[in-house]
Amino acid sequence: MEWDTIAAVATAPGEAGIGIVRISGDAAVEVGDRVFRGKRRLGESESHRMVYGRIVDPESGETVDEGLAVVMKGPRSYTGEDVVEIHGHGGPLVVRRVLEAVLRAGARLAEPGEFTKRAFLRGKMDLSQAEAVIDLIRAKSDLARRVALEQVQGRLSERIRKLRERLVDVLAHIEVTIDYPEHDVEAVTASHVRRAADEVVPEMDRLLRDAHSGRIIREGLETVIVGKPNVGKSSLLNALARADRAIVTDIPGTTRDVLQEFIQVRGIPLNVLDTAGIRETGDVVEQLGVQKSRERMKQADLVLLVLDASRPLEPTDVELMEELRSSPSPVLAVLNKVDLPVRVDRKAVEQYLGKDRIVEMVASQGKGVEELEDRIARMVFGGEVAGRDPAYLSNIRHIELVRKAREHLVSAARAAEEGFTLDVVAVDVRSAWEALGEIIGETASEQLLDQIFSRFCLGK
Amino acid sequence: MRYVAGDYDVIVVGAGHAGCEAALASARLGCKTLVLTINLDAVAYMPCNPSVGGPAKGIVVREIDALGGEMGKNADCTHIQMRMLNTGKGPAVRALRAQADKVLYGRRMKQVLESTPNLTLRQGLVEEILVRGGRVAGVRTQTGAEYRARAVVLTTGTYLRGRIIIGDVSYPGGPAGQMPALKLSENLADLGFELVRFKTGTPPRVNRRSIDFEKLIVQPGDDEWLHFSHEDQLPRRPQVPCWLTYTNERTHAIIYENLHRAPMFSGEIKGRGPRYCPSIEDKVVRFRDRPGHQVFLEPEGLFTDEWYVQGMSTSLPEDVQVEMLHTIPGLERAEIMRPGYAIEYDALVPTQLRPTLETKEIPGLFTAGQINGTSGYEEAAGQGIVAGINAALQVLEREPLVLSRADGYIGVMIDDLVTKGTNEPYRLLTSRAEHRLILRNDNADLRLMELGYRIGLVPERRYERLCRKKEQIERELDRLSTTRIKARDVEFLLRERGTAPVQDGVRLDQLLRRPEINYGDIERIAPPPEKLDPEAAEQVEIQIKYAGYIEKEQENIERMRRLEERVIPEGFDYREIPGLSSEGREKLMQIRPRSVGQAARISGVSPADISILLVYLEHRRRAANE
Repeated sequence: MEWDTIAAVATAPGEAGIGIVRISGDAAVEVGDRVFRGKRRLGESESHRMVYGRIVDPESGETVDEGLAVVMKGPRSYTGEDVVEIHGHGGPLVVRRVLEAVLRAGARLAEPGEFTKRAFLRGKMDLSQAEAVIDLIRAKSDLARRVALEQVQGRLSERIRKLRERLVDVLAHIEVTIDYPEHDVEAVTASHVRRAADEVVPEMDRLLRDAHSGRIIREGLETVIVGKPNVGKSSLLNALARADRAIVTDIPGTTRDVLQEFIQVRGIPLNVLDTAGIRETGDVVEQLGVQKSRERMKQADLVLLVLDASRPLEPTDVELMEELRSSPSPVLAVLNKVDLPVRVDRKAVEQYLGKDRIVEMVASQGKGVEELEDRIARMVFGGEVAGRDPAYLSNIRHIELVRKAREHLVSAARAAEEGFTLDVVAVDVRSAWEALGEIIGETASEQLLDQIFSRFCLGK
Repeated sequence: MRYVAGDYDVIVVGAGHAGCEAALASARLGCKTLVLTINLDAVAYMPCNPSVGGPAKGIVVREIDALGGEMGKNADCTHIQMRMLNTGKGPAVRALRAQADKVLYGRRMKQVLESTPNLTLRQGLVEEILVRGGRVAGVRTQTGAEYRARAVVLTTGTYLRGRIIIGDVSYPGGPAGQMPALKLSENLADLGFELVRFKTGTPPRVNRRSIDFEKLIVQPGDDEWLHFSHEDQLPRRPQVPCWLTYTNERTHAIIYENLHRAPMFSGEIKGRGPRYCPSIEDKVVRFRDRPGHQVFLEPEGLFTDEWYVQGMSTSLPEDVQVEMLHTIPGLERAEIMRPGYAIEYDALVPTQLRPTLETKEIPGLFTAGQINGTSGYEEAAGQGIVAGINAALQVLEREPLVLSRADGYIGVMIDDLVTKGTNEPYRLLTSRAEHRLILRNDNADLRLMELGYRIGLVPERRYERLCRKKEQIERELDRLSTTRIKARDVEFLLRERGTAPVQDGVRLDQLLRRPEINYGDIERIAPPPEKLDPEAAEQVEIQIKYAGYIEKEQENIERMRRLEERVIPEGFDYREIPGLSSEGREKLMQIRPRSVGQAARISGVSPADISILLVYLEHRRRAANE
């Protein structure tokens, strides 16, 4: 067959309900079988028949989601190749984890428009559709490139550049040793490679861990809702999302972890996180939740502090306000439950957070949402809330590239220690360096030569 | 006075390393071939270092030999020292390097040219390329002789509008006291070619009798009998050592004091020089902290007292050259026989070429060597054989030869040149090859000899030997992957090598994969029914030890090959494709790639452009079928 196996999320991002990951190519069924655990293997199941099963991470074996899978044998498929679709029922976060599992199982992330391209090249589409296919490829790749570039600006690209810098040190050294054997530079040894790996791999791990904690799944200003238990944080999230995603009860401490919702406010994408209520507690699980809430708060692009207007301020409220006053994140205070008699000391809140920082609401009835949205929009357009420079990986292609780079580097260090010769060690170091380069759009191999000649004095 | 002086199939202009290979390939393929050179005493001349090979370059020499070229044999027959470099760094980067006897090298090559049927060697300065009906038709020399031909290969080296610079002195000239080719350069510009100006340089030569060898470090050749050529009947040659010394702070001080007289810094030189072989003044200025630079002293031959001072390439004035050499241990009393100099020359922008080395503008006109922006004898010869083969194949109306990046370093070089161009004299480095593990010194014959045979340059006898070797390798690989050996039969060996014991038994190929075990061990503990030739045994060892890496590389190559096979029709109009990025479209129109694979390597052409190109080509194909 002509092409390798590719995968991508087939459903539009943010779409509710199911998320579909599509795999296409020679090894689609094999890859599917590595992540999907049904009654029998996909390789043995009937074409075009849905089967039920678990979706697992091929490395850890951990269950990622449950759902359906279907094999569509080529040429009776969209692309004309063997296709496997995995229908998970999770939100965007889970779909993404399914896709990552599929990639780890050996598929390559599809280029923008690649499924359609294949469908066309395999004769699954009419000749008259060629232009439409071209338009699609153009539009999708332009968007993807813009988004990808935006995602690695600033500190993140700086971090990646530093890693590359360290790798090119070793690489240029290796290349000089090979291409100028009589030149008096210190010979590269296994320990040079090991040392570079020891420095670079942990930093790659940090990048991957940050990406995996799901801190930001997609673009969007990170908006964190904080407050004491039972002041109506989940109601606020629901009011904003206009959906019953978070569990709303009267029992304090229901939201123990972080819930999130992607919403658009006046066209501004927000990634709203509902946190566990902050209070003194003996419950260990809840303590963890509280701790997480505080962490979120510090990293947020915008904090929504929810206060119960029907009750006087408590020490926890004051503590929170003090914390927020000294934090760099812009804050809005939501005085909730204003339909009840107001007992809260509004002056005190103004003193801590500023006069124009208060929005009155009845979150459970959706009252005041418009006002809140207005306020958020004004803060964003006024430049007060700006997406902070994201120093973490958010693009799945980038995550894959870091993972790939890491694999190569580890394998280079291992090869060097096992006594493999420089020629093969170089292959992996170079692959690692190139993979990182792809993230920040530096792919010219001419760069390596520039490095070699600027670092080493070579001549004939 | 013009006159018609002869009618040929192929004319090769220049008899340097590119020209010799081009002419031999053409003549050996049966084309009536004429070689014109400015000076018949400078055939296969080495105006710079007296050596052939080295990393990447040595592999090129092996590739030329596998294709049926002459350089390898010529070096084998005339060298005075041979070394295998990078022996401890892995088979992929091992490379042969020969110190050549300059005089013998040129003399033998001239003899080979003279004794080759279909080949005429003649002195003459070509001033004009004759073009008729848009096609090349021949050449005209300074003396008015017009030679007709169906194909012409230009290998003009550094002669095109050459200018020599030594300090504040400069004059028109070719390398090493030769004449320059002034008019041809103008003619090429008139024909519409874009030219660039490059610069290179060479160190002084000193008299052997003035060198104090006591103060130098000896650099002997290898004891082992090594050769480039896959030919089996080659003479063994005496080995002569080279010597090493260093520059020091006094040397550098003299250079600094005289920098204002260095043309590189005074602005006298405008051509772009190569970064990988900077002059000594350049090295001293750029790497100020280095207390000393290596200087290798190399004999230029057995019958001359001229010695090459490697590492001291310079265009400083002659008096400064004398002064700085005298600060170097062993060279205190050195007498310069020829001063170092810089040379500026014209070259073609190589993106004007097809991967066959034919110019896009004038069918039948081929170019090879420094005219294409490269540097180095091996690079020149590698292009020479390809240009010569393609000129001949065109005359014979056969399919052209295009070497891919996976076929060899020659393919890497040509693809780089015609796809990306170069802004300095281009030198091959192993790091330019993405498939370095595949492009090895040891397998050049396995990669290319069959091709050379099919073209018609490799004789039957050599081809049969290749087939035997392949068979031996296959059979042994097969045996190793199907034979198990009992634990007690390897116990001793494993303990001796300090590697982990095995439980029950172990397959021979798995055993060989261990870094501590080599093929010699396998041969001893489980001998094959018939002992392998050393070269076959070497292949077996490499292919097994590096199997994982080699397989991965092969997959990449396979993927690339599919794109290489998608040939873009001649004269394809990129303006008619909707959706290409404007930069991509511009670059594609400029380079006019031969295949989608080549298109994908052009900088500025995005993956989306390639997808669109694929869709469009498919659309065209289907529309044509309907």
